[in-house]
Amino acid sequence: MLHMVVCIKQVPDSREIRIDPKTNTLIRQGVPAIVNPYDLNGVEAALQIKDQFGGRVTVLTMGPPSADKALRQCVAMGADEGVLISDRAFAGADTLATSYVLAKSIEKAGRLWGQPAIVFCGKQTLDGDTGQVGPGIACRLDYEQLTYVEAIESVDPDRGEVVVRRHLEDGVERVRAPFPVLITVLAEMNKPRRASLPGLLHAQTYQPIVWSTADFEDLDRSKIGLRGSPTVVSKTWVPEPRQVDTEFLKGETGEVTSRLAQVLVERLQTVQGA
Amino acid sequence: MDKPRFDAIVVGAGPAGSVAAYTMAKQGLRVALIERGEFPGAKNVFGGVLYRKPLEDIIPEFWKEAPLERRVVEQRLWVLGHDSVVGFSFRSARFQDPPNAWTGQRAKFDAWLAGKAEQAGATPIYETTVTSLIREGGRVVGVRTDREDGDLYAPVTVIADGVNSMLAKSLGVHREWRPDQVSLAVKEVLALPRGVIEERFGVRDGDGVTIELVGETFGMAGLGFLYTNQDTLSLGVGVMVSDLREKGVKPYQVLDHLKQHPEIRRLIEGAETKEYAAHLIPEGGFDAMPPLAGDGWMVCGDAAQMVNAAHREGTDLAMLSGRLAGETAVACHGTGDWTVGGLGAYTRAIRNSIIQRDLKKYRGLHGLLAGSQAETLFGQLPQALNDAVYEMLSVDGQSKQDKQKRAMALIREAAGGTAGLAGIGWRGWRAMNG
Amino acid sequence: MAEAKRKPAVGLQPEVDVDWSAYRGVMVVVEHRRDKVAKVSWQLLGESRRLADKLDAPLMAVVIGHEAEDIARQAIGYGAERVYLCDAPELADYRTRPYSRVCLHIIREVKPEIVLFGATYTGRDLAGAIATHLPTGLTADCTQLDVDDNRLLLASRPAFSEKMVATILCKQFKPQMATVRPGVFEALPYDPRRMGEIIRVESPLDRESIRTEVLEFVEAVNRVNLEDAEVIVAGGRGVGGRAGFDLLAKLADALGGQVGASRAAVDLGWISHDHQVGQTGTTVRPKIYIAAGISGAVQHVVGMQNAELIVSINKDPNAPIHRIAHYAIVDDLFEVVPALIEAVQAARPSARVPVV
Ligand SMILES: Cc1cc2nc3c(=O)[nH]c(=O)nc-3n(C[C@H](O)[C@H](O)[C@H](O)COP(=O)(O)OP(=O)(O)OC[C@H]3O[C@@H](n4cnc5c(N)ncnc54)[C@H](O)[C@@H]3O)c2cc1C
Ligand SMILES: Cc1cc2nc3c(=O)[nH]c(=O)nc-3n(C[C@H](O)[C@H](O)[C@H](O)COP(=O)(O)OP(=O)(O)OC[C@H]3O[C@@H](n4cnc5c(N)ncnc54)[C@H](O)[C@@H]3O)c2cc1C
Ligand SMILES: Nc1ncnc2c1ncn2[C@@H]1O[C@H](COP(=O)(O)O)[C@@H](O)[C@H]1O
Repeated sequence: MLHMVVCIKQVPDSREIRIDPKTNTLIRQGVPAIVNPYDLNGVEAALQIKDQFGGRVTVLTMGPPSADKALRQCVAMGADEGVLISDRAFAGADTLATSYVLAKSIEKAGRLWGQPAIVFCGKQTLDGDTGQVGPGIACRLDYEQLTYVEAIESVDPDRGEVVVRRHLEDGVERVRAPFPVLITVLAEMNKPRRASLPGLLHAQTYQPIVWSTADFEDLDRSKIGLRGSPTVVSKTWVPEPRQVDTEFLKGETGEVTSRLAQVLVERLQTVQGA
Repeated sequence: MDKPRFDAIVVGAGPAGSVAAYTMAKQGLRVALIERGEFPGAKNVFGGVLYRKPLEDIIPEFWKEAPLERRVVEQRLWVLGHDSVVGFSFRSARFQDPPNAWTGQRAKFDAWLAGKAEQAGATPIYETTVTSLIREGGRVVGVRTDREDGDLYAPVTVIADGVNSMLAKSLGVHREWRPDQVSLAVKEVLALPRGVIEERFGVRDGDGVTIELVGETFGMAGLGFLYTNQDTLSLGVGVMVSDLREKGVKPYQVLDHLKQHPEIRRLIEGAETKEYAAHLIPEGGFDAMPPLAGDGWMVCGDAAQMVNAAHREGTDLAMLSGRLAGETAVACHGTGDWTVGGLGAYTRAIRNSIIQRDLKKYRGLHGLLAGSQAETLFGQLPQALNDAVYEMLSVDGQSKQDKQKRAMALIREAAGGTAGLAGIGWRGWRAMNG
Repeated sequence: MAEAKRKPAVGLQPEVDVDWSAYRGVMVVVEHRRDKVAKVSWQLLGESRRLADKLDAPLMAVVIGHEAEDIARQAIGYGAERVYLCDAPELADYRTRPYSRVCLHIIREVKPEIVLFGATYTGRDLAGAIATHLPTGLTADCTQLDVDDNRLLLASRPAFSEKMVATILCKQFKPQMATVRPGVFEALPYDPRRMGEIIRVESPLDRESIRTEVLEFVEAVNRVNLEDAEVIVAGGRGVGGRAGFDLLAKLADALGGQVGASRAAVDLGWISHDHQVGQTGTTVRPKIYIAAGISGAVQHVVGMQNAELIVSINKDPNAPIHRIAHYAIVDDLFEVVPALIEAVQAARPSARVPVV
């Protein structure tokens, strides 16, 4: 059976985060937690393949116990199982440590439900905002890696391959890759479905599977959490807006614009002359 | 797949619906609480005063956990002239413990209240809109939602979907509202640092002030309000829809006008607008209340026009009606009688509650507001009162007796002569006591 | 600035005692497709020149591809002292696995202390794989770089929707790696006479191991190219609709520039996403940036504040955009822009006739 895994993360809705002007720190309180938007595109992509070929979709998240809500949202959409990888020892992970734990979890999920043919990740998270976790997982699992995918053109479970369109700055690349493969998805790929009512009701009582460090036989403790992270944040600050001596142009529109036009045209000439 | 079945369905997770769901779930009924917003309260609006008593009867000592803004220790009534204000206020430390009322914000309060229903066991079904009632014979047996495979069944549906109740309308019990039975309220939430609010309003430590505003509504029947929250102010005004139509004024113009008033401007100076919202308030009162129960359904809260316009009580009446509906359903769950015969107990309970008694008492008020008196009551009189007080307090060499006469004359003139003033007084008294 | 006291080591520790002192120099991985080099690669060489000078260490570039010798020479013209060139037919198209294997091979051989990539789609794809393999720390999407006296890379990047900036260090591993946002740094002027060395590296790949296949590359025609524009006339919600953008297009034509937009305008569907400037759009550094009907939210400003000359047109005197503008006009853009178009055409009679 075609097994697919989607890695999702619960993130604070960054649009709601404000900075305390006095202390220059983040106000996280009351900021709603949402499923990282791109990850929902990943869930949708997996469900569409399942709709077409059958199969099984497992959703994984590493996060605090409260992240079970995010998994339930995906189960409501139609994912078969949600796994919450949660342990204090996992906290404080950077992308290297995160991808280690997720890769270990995908291996474990593979032992339970069959090796995943496709692993989906979002393009990036709203909070971590790196897009590094996906490549990290692919690298550790030795999967083919297809990032920034804007469309899945075809899936062939029999031959075990996919053809996707990767989005690049200057165009689009069509790529074929054999299973197993890790795909990171862009929002353009699809529109995440609304849960059906039975799906929503099922998710209400659904209890995700929880794995802590004790549930892994082969976890290297030195590679997880804060201890397993090579990067450290040395400081954070609120950027000062650039200081500019603004000249306010006042007067009749005609005068103002002809003065400005003069300045602009001079600038352009120096540019072209240079 | 089996049809999803519950003991009761509640439509709308406003104060009425959440309390109904809470009451039933607590007694072990399987309840579905359906809300179209992203979360309960997401789009809900109110001015912001919540009284202690009604909710305390349902959730004792709720204020220890509910997200409330400030304890109301002072209530002011401001009668506005163009550039002045005559104010009345009452302040008492007795309001501190136990508090009589709080200011609040619906987005937080509704979410909390619905959370209580969830904790009690109700099944939350959010971001889901009920599109119609499912009927068999004359009975309501469930609801259809906008989700895929979205039908849901239960022997009783509690309709608590608010002022514009589409569902009550579909039952034919809630007539299309008339423009003179609803007012349109617009409200802004204005952010100011806590300290600035406390300084400007003369309060501390979570105490707060409410100000009701009369006048400066372009002569239309309406009331404004300015309430203190922790680090925001709620400023709004509700005006009868019929008046807005007649004068061709947009509601936000009224609000903008109030914001320009020097005394209000002083209080909101430097504030940043955080939210802007508009919402209807049912003002039809007793005479507009629909039948409250039928075979397989009950109607609560705003959907049943249960608002006491004079006291700005809506939330508490909504919660009380939700509780009574919930209790009725629990009783009917015991007997298995979900017909109008069984659920009719809810109508009787409302009749014996303060909801009906209060609304009946103020029954004439609506006619008074909607009538041609509005111009006088909300336009000329407030200005005349301000002029009169100005007259009284100016020291300009005139004798006090002359001043008093002139002041009275100003008011009488605004009211359309002695007979007019007496008439307004009489009708006003009747409206509240008749 | 030296840290007086080093905090006790936290974070991942190398498995064995490694002597990192052999790691020296700054390395930039050059990105290109079909003979076109991503500008950010040259910008990175420009900034890395400064870092390498501070470290008193060599500045190196990596060029991978097929028939890419010319690009290697260009890298020298943009400042690289040494270029590692891996040239093989199977490397003609970028694919993660072969490219990351080649890079790893070079990094392990050459031992640079810092490796930088453009934070492009390809750069992020590649860097993520390499950092995991090594392993080492990788900081994404940096907008400021520096080094301290301990030769630590201070990689700073926006966090939380640009509301904050965080400086990230990688103390226990070398190389220290980062991807860097395009448009933030300036390239050195190209100098064909600059001297440097091209070192050829044998491809360590066996062809069988390459299983992913690029079927085709469809170049986006007419894709807006804000990064290269010398003049950008950008509009926001205040522009009011598509018609307003047509007006801005006229001004852009008169100045020989391109049209940009704020996210609000893009979200409203007035103009397509490739015109968007800012955090979730393009970072630009044109000679002239005219912002019309844009309030100046941080997420927009971070994408254009490096423009050489900024003009704001906004009728709200308190709009934050005015604070970062060199010339500010507090007025209705529908008055100002048409007048400005005329004035520019008058002042610049030789201006290109707009192509209709
Ligand atoms: C500006 C203003 C100021 C006010 N000030 C006060 C005050 O200070 N104090 C006070 O006590 N009262 C005040 N009120 C009145 C008070 O807000 C209402 O009376 C009270 O909220 C009614 O509660 P409810 O539960 O009946 O309806 P609502 O609060 O309107 O709740 C109805 C819920 O049903 C949901 N819904 C509707 N249709 C559907 C559907 N088809 N499917 C699913 N869900 C649906 C809605 O999203 C909503 O959450 C004020 C009202 C306004 C507008
Ligand atoms: C995670 C995240 C990422 C984001 N990324 C980006 C990004 O990449 N790029 C981006 O731009 N934004 C981005 N934003 C959105 C950003 O926060 C702002 O919402 C957006 O930039 C506002 O666009 P605006 O200035 O056009 O609109 P507004 O803020 O509505 O400003 C419109 C301005 O036009 C002025 N105006 C109106 N009419 C006229 C007139 N006739 N003449 C002159 N002036 C007039 C008004 O005074 C006002 O200042 C992002 C936000 C988030 C949360
Ligand atoms: N803690 C996590 N749990 C599960 N998946 C994650 C986690 N962190 C990141 N991911 C996945 O990796 C993608 C990229 O994340 P990032 O590198 O943080 O931008 C996300 O869109 C997710 O699919």
